[in-house]
Amino acid sequence: MDLVQLQRQLVDYKTSLYNEGFLDEQFTQLQELQDENNPDFVVEVVSLFFEDSERLLNELTKALEQQSVDFKRVDAHVHQLKGSSSSIGAQRVQKVCIAFRNYCEEQNIEGCVKCLQQVRHEYSLVKTKLESMFQLQQQILSAGGSIPM
Amino acid sequence: MAMGMTTQSQTQFHVLAVDDSLIDRKLIEKILKTSSYQVTAVDSGSKALEFLGLNDENIDNEDEDEDDQQVGVNLIVTDYCMPGMTGYDLLRRIKQSSSSKDIPVVIMSSENIPSRINRCLEDGAEDFFLKPVQLSDVNKLRPHLMKGIGSEETQSNINKRKSMEDIHPPDRTRARYNELEVV
Repeated sequence: MDLVQLQRQLVDYKTSLYNEGFLDEQFTQLQELQDENNPDFVVEVVSLFFEDSERLLNELTKALEQQSVDFKRVDAHVHQLKGSSSSIGAQRVQKVCIAFRNYCEEQNIEGCVKCLQQVRHEYSLVKTKLESMFQLQQQILSAGGSIPM
Repeated sequence: MAMGMTTQSQTQFHVLAVDDSLIDRKLIEKILKTSSYQVTAVDSGSKALEFLGLNDENIDNEDEDEDDQQVGVNLIVTDYCMPGMTGYDLLRRIKQSSSSKDIPVVIMSSENIPSRINRCLEDGAEDFFLKPVQLSDVNKLRPHLMKGIGSEETQSNINKRKSMEDIHPPDRTRARYNELEVV
């Protein structure tokens, strides 16, 4: 695939991520913050998000497996996940977190377990998509091209 | 206010950013640096107090000597929800100490809770940002910083994104800096 095709593919891919609600405005803000002094800023922040999310998902799994669920603790983790997904523009993850927090407030264990499944799913989707996007960007850069915004 | 005066002639302001979230710390740091501020980012209220030269042993630092504070801080931006010391607790501590009470403090939160926002502003916060914080929020900070170093003429608009304008009369916080803080 030639450079122009790759760039076109990237633009289309990004557009679809926004259209399908995987990413929102905040992701655009992140990209706008990236500059020559910090050319890897977006990748760095997103990588932090991946690490942090995986940690939180594990904590959530453990917390919901307890005999007596500590909903405050569960809520605290979801609050963090909601915050970090919001900070990078991972809109679908953020939305599930909002529903998740409501179930925590209601102390609804079934609802919480369901949300955990959902948030894992959304997280895994956005992670795959962002990684694909970064790969595409890397291909373009390696081919000597620049990233279309 | 001693600290601000030393940097008055320079255009680079020093901001102390406080947030327990690594991602948000990285973000706010980048936003501030992009806006040409010098940034120190810490992950807790207690570390912020340490940096400011305030700690549990001497809440009210009587010594106004500039040298007490190795680096002047022109603005503090802090998250509200933090384990241990909240941003609100930190705000209170900063306002209680003579060496730091004149540093403008901005609170950030992911939650738009009017009573929370109100309380912070009542207790001396300069402004309140909803997260995720953006470049445009920080651009609105310049007037607050000018005020912090004693520029009386600068109009201070209270810039809170989303839904707060009707609750706060514009002059209120500007007046505060001319009053003595009653602890």
